[in-house]
Amino acid sequence: MVELDISNKKNPKYVGDPLEIPKLACGAMADSQTFAAHPKHNTDLGFPPELIDNWKEVAIAKIGELGKKNRAFQVYLDICVKCGACTDKCHYFLGSGDPKNMPVARQDLLRSVYRRYFTFAGKYFPWLVGARDLTEEVLNEWYTYYHQCSQCRRCSVFCPYGIDTAEISMAAREILDSVGKGQKYCNEIIAKAKTIGNNLGLNPKALRATLEDLEEDLEDETGVKVRLPLDEKGADILLITPSADFFAEPHIDGLLGYAKVFHQAGVSWTISSYASEAANFGMFIGSYENMRELSLRVRKAAKDLGVKRIVFGECGHAWRVAYSFLNTLAGPFDFLDQNYPIPQHIMEFTHDLIQKGELKFDKSKNDEFRVTFHDSCNVARGSRMGDFPGGQFELPRDVLKACCNHYFDMDRDTIKESTLCCGGGGGLLTDELMDLRTKGASPRMTALQQVTEDHGVTHMAAICAICKTQFSKVMPKFGYEMDNILSVHQLVSNAIILDDQVLEEEKQKAAQAVQEAKAEAK
Amino acid sequence: MISIVYALLFYVASILLVVGLGMKIWRYATTPAPLKIPTMPAPLTKAGVGFRLFREVAFFESLFKSNKWIWLFGYIFHVALLVVLLRHLRYFQSDVWWWVKLIQPFGIYAGFAMVFALSALLARRFLVERIRYISSPSDYLMLLLLIGIGASGLAMKFVSHTDIIAVKIYMLGLMRFQIGDLPTHPALLIHLALVALLMIIFPISKLLHGVGIFFSPTRNQVDDSRTKRHIAPWAKKLEEGEDR
Repeated sequence: MVELDISNKKNPKYVGDPLEIPKLACGAMADSQTFAAHPKHNTDLGFPPELIDNWKEVAIAKIGELGKKNRAFQVYLDICVKCGACTDKCHYFLGSGDPKNMPVARQDLLRSVYRRYFTFAGKYFPWLVGARDLTEEVLNEWYTYYHQCSQCRRCSVFCPYGIDTAEISMAAREILDSVGKGQKYCNEIIAKAKTIGNNLGLNPKALRATLEDLEEDLEDETGVKVRLPLDEKGADILLITPSADFFAEPHIDGLLGYAKVFHQAGVSWTISSYASEAANFGMFIGSYENMRELSLRVRKAAKDLGVKRIVFGECGHAWRVAYSFLNTLAGPFDFLDQNYPIPQHIMEFTHDLIQKGELKFDKSKNDEFRVTFHDSCNVARGSRMGDFPGGQFELPRDVLKACCNHYFDMDRDTIKESTLCCGGGGGLLTDELMDLRTKGASPRMTALQQVTEDHGVTHMAAICAICKTQFSKVMPKFGYEMDNILSVHQLVSNAIILDDQVLEEEKQKAAQAVQEAKAEAK
Repeated sequence: MISIVYALLFYVASILLVVGLGMKIWRYATTPAPLKIPTMPAPLTKAGVGFRLFREVAFFESLFKSNKWIWLFGYIFHVALLVVLLRHLRYFQSDVWWWVKLIQPFGIYAGFAMVFALSALLARRFLVERIRYISSPSDYLMLLLLIGIGASGLAMKFVSHTDIIAVKIYMLGLMRFQIGDLPTHPALLIHLALVALLMIIFPISKLLHGVGIFFSPTRNQVDDSRTKRHIAPWAKKLEEGEDR
């Protein structure tokens, strides 16, 4: 890992290759352990409270069941040729050197067991094809290493058959859950979101108070009454945003950005206290049922509030679930206005207004920032924005360039479809995995250090709640400050010129002139 | 005696290949993909998906993005294998198609290219630490099997000739369920035995990648989830009785 002092303006130095392949360090991450779920959280999600006695039979049966329910799982376990194309593509491998973090090796943890019980060769010649019995040791190994995959799908871009380790990792977690070996972080959060409506456990009263405080802040800042409406029936737009946007930095500044954009667009909108969460951790544990249950809250909120459109805030996997899965899980959305994408991303909304010339910016407001953009993995490889393939890469950049004077991209092998995960996605954003998260972030941090050296980049903007939290935690370990990570809509918020604000300023100026004239007259 | 053994071997191998592959294809074709998971950016139309799959199969596009050495050797091997297979069509036709005649000389070069590329892939498996780590005995043996097929085939051309005409008559006979006389040339017997073995293991090994790619949801799905509702039959059942 290269140390870098970004305040050092002289002597730019070579900061290394973000994609440099490490030497294998067997077992380097074997001790990385994420906390086990509380029995109650397992049962809340419909899983056994703790490891069941006949776990082996149940786990094997589950592999068979998944093979019949999910073609990706079946095909991907069968067809890997071990070509090695994916071996250097995982950020956790690049950061740790642990060979079990190579995508194919991670898949093999499960594939070896699949082969043992479901294939001819594995049943009769296990040594030949690397098949192995399912033992408690293997089960623990699954728990350890399937919680070192952030399901970012970078490997699937490079696989000649598109084998997606995220699919295997999700399936593995589902198998683990089905025998009572759940993870605390994910399962506790899902349980909260299913009962209270958001991952934080913020109740409607607290949410309302938070939003009112923010409205006051906005009025102080802009002199304009920019609203953050909650549960307003008959609003046109329902905003579904990650609950981190209500309290965490820099997320909250992004939320203020959405509010200003909505205000300027003159649309009526609302947040729902029932569906006050965009994130859907059901995806991380591969549970269709749990993911569906959480998605149905969005449907219910939209129906109850009688909105015409649904817009999602900045969140990576949430946008994957929204864009790619919501119609499947909670559709059809025939009760919404079909003239707009269902659902729509806030970036599409803002971008659209910019295209139409309806948003004006004072770009100099962002001159203190020299900005780059971190493509969030789930947005980049799991979704789209706009009406053309790759819009998910262009729209955020267009928006950034519309409101910033200094924008620079990182190494092309680390952005867009080849983007590196922040290191904290996929249900790993928990304190006990800090070492893993730091190692996983190091390739991205090296790519950032390169543009810091080359272009003096000071800040990185992101459109994912997890990325933002992760970077604010790990950036200090790489020579940056925790506030060097920004929300894209924070930059929009800084630069946007509100019509009301202009009117207000003119009114004030006029009033001042009148006062001065009066004073002079006296 | 050997003629009968090989005849049975090829009949059994053919049945196992066709039935085994058929069962696998049926399995893949009927297993639902519950969610839309194309690796983005993905095509917006079915034609676009067809083009994406064509690029994958014809040019190994993703592998090219990933690793130029694996791409180079892998691509040489597969193209060479294709040419060699087409060249072999003449053993199964009484009237050989004109283009099969045309490619005969290229088939020889392809045979060498194939063995060279396979050897390079085998060397990678030994020499590159990461690939050695992920390799099982079967991964090495599969390459050795293919090298064996290529080498024994080339041996018949360049080391010790076998009676090709007799082989062709034997093969044409097999296709009409008549067992003739197979020349008992060692290189030929090795060559044919290894080919039969390859046919037998095809449906139960990683060689399935040849058909599996067409069923890979990350590559064969259209990016249209917002406009078209995609739902698996088993998932649809979860919605029964719900007020929608």
